[in-house]
Amino acid sequence: MSEALLEVRHLKKYFPITAGLLNRTVGHVKAVDNISLTIRPGETFGLVGESGSGKSTVGRTILRLHDKTDGEVRFKGISVHDLSKTEMNKLRPQMQLIFQDPYSSLNPRIRIGDAIGEALLDHGLAAKEDIPGYVMEVMESCGLSAYHYNRFPHEFSGGQRQRIGIARALALRPEFIIADEPVSALDVSIQAQIINLFQKLQHTKGLTYLFISHDLSVVEHLCNRIGVMYLGSMMETAPRDELFLRPLHPYTKALLSAIPVPIPKLKRERIVLKGDIPSPANPPSGCKFHTRCPYAVAQCKEETPEFRQAGNDHYVACHLV
Amino acid sequence: MKSLLKINNLSTHFHTEAGPIKAVNDVSFRIGEGETVCIVGESGCGKSITAMSVMGLVEGPNGRVVNGQILFDGKDLLQIGKEELRRIRGNDISIIFQEPMSSLNPVITIGKQIMEPLMLHQRLNKKQAYARTIELIELVGIPRAEQIASSYPHELSGGMLQRIMIAIAISCGPKLLIADEPTTALDVTIQAQVLETLRQIKEQSKMSMMLITHDLGVVAEMADYVIVMYAGKIVEQGGVVELFEHPKHPYTRGLLKSKPVIGQRLEQLYSIPGQVPNPLELVESCYFHDRCESCLPVCHTRQPQLKKSGDGQQVACWLYEEEAQYE
Repeated sequence: MSEALLEVRHLKKYFPITAGLLNRTVGHVKAVDNISLTIRPGETFGLVGESGSGKSTVGRTILRLHDKTDGEVRFKGISVHDLSKTEMNKLRPQMQLIFQDPYSSLNPRIRIGDAIGEALLDHGLAAKEDIPGYVMEVMESCGLSAYHYNRFPHEFSGGQRQRIGIARALALRPEFIIADEPVSALDVSIQAQIINLFQKLQHTKGLTYLFISHDLSVVEHLCNRIGVMYLGSMMETAPRDELFLRPLHPYTKALLSAIPVPIPKLKRERIVLKGDIPSPANPPSGCKFHTRCPYAVAQCKEETPEFRQAGNDHYVACHLV
Repeated sequence: MKSLLKINNLSTHFHTEAGPIKAVNDVSFRIGEGETVCIVGESGCGKSITAMSVMGLVEGPNGRVVNGQILFDGKDLLQIGKEELRRIRGNDISIIFQEPMSSLNPVITIGKQIMEPLMLHQRLNKKQAYARTIELIELVGIPRAEQIASSYPHELSGGMLQRIMIAIAISCGPKLLIADEPTTALDVTIQAQVLETLRQIKEQSKMSMMLITHDLGVVAEMADYVIVMYAGKIVEQGGVVELFEHPKHPYTRGLLKSKPVIGQRLEQLYSIPGQVPNPLELVESCYFHDRCESCLPVCHTRQPQLKKSGDGQQVACWLYEEEAQYE
């Protein structure tokens, strides 16, 4: 196996809950609680989980959009959270982020050509006169036309706006892209176009992705390795085929069986989980999943299961495995 | 099967500064007693407006049902008076929306909100209504019913709120339940719970359901009969198994192919090129022609009609009409 591009070790990110006149901290939301993962060059790592599982916070903390509480993030061996501000700014072009809703991340009064070229200028990566030509090239590689250069965000459809978001990240020639639910807001037919674009760009530009999504069918299609999160903790990581054919964690099994499959004759045995996701401010003791787990035993309530190897490149945090 | 709801040539238009928008354009279908009909389509195809038209919720200066009949139990909902319509809504037809948080009043307890339709439509007194409320909360699978009844919407999670919405919707024992994207805002494990609840309730009470969704997986699980809409028109309709196994319209086929399916490994996903047409710029043609793989010359100039095409399936496409091939 080749060397890791990104290594996350025991990452924690707690958000304080403050209350009262003096804004005293009365507790913490443990959005990310001891997460480790490794991403190798050229692969697509899928991070799945339900809302509130902390998957977006992992992405943002990797990029240092949030400061970490504890742990370590290494990008090409460099510890991201230990860099100075100027060093961090130099590193930023190599790691880019694509958001779910590209409309709210575009300034409605800036022409999209300028929006795509802006970061190049900021980072001093291109001379001013070279920018339009280069931007048009990037736009075309993302399926936009050169004549879109002078248009405003409101003139585009959802799918096109997502292409702008991708073009904007790509303009900086990054090696690593974090895509945070990039296709969740799109219709099925447009979603397929964007997924194909992600794959094409990976082939032509040798990109590495961290793909954050709640949709396991999209993740299965796109990712080489997958991590399943629940309430801020990693429950299971495995290569794609391992995870889908031999899921070990009860949560992964339930998640897989909950997805409606577009085959009407198929009658499946479904695991319907009871109850809701507990609040991350007050997570259950021991294994966080024990309150909804159909197989929970006494040990699960008391001891936090260790995240350990359970097969080739397959890691799981469960007492019963 | 006796039909409960029969929609004939329904058209709902919105008048905007830029011109009229035909949100629902000459749509006809029926829902039988105890049947679940799913309407699928992408955003802007008119599936929600169809539901709103049935409920008489398209009102106001700009939007209007311009043509058609909505026959519910033989009565045309477009012809009856306001008072009669009000009695039917809530009693015989009820609706669940996508966003449960925005359809509940944040300053009134859950219990009171479930009691309200019971007291209004069923003329129950407070005590009876409360007892029924507790029953309903339990029926939709929420434990600690009494505690929930006295709590406010913000204290519950999205999945619980959606089940409260279902409880309100079924409180008066409707014959028809319209659910407009009821699980779109929910996580998959919660979606599985809500769909399970809907299915159980449907089985117990034998009501009909009109389920609007964009998720083909949900359709395959819930539907008896499927209607596919595109740009305000029905392009194909048929029984769920036939439609999924032998889709006829190129749009339906494209839609089914472009969704990644668990366990089905493909190098590349099929994608329908282009995008949904601007509703203001629609001209006499097949609205799908510029995205269609098998477009014929006639598709540019004439609109295909929805016609029977074997096994109870109906499709609006020139490919299935012999005369078109020679034009």
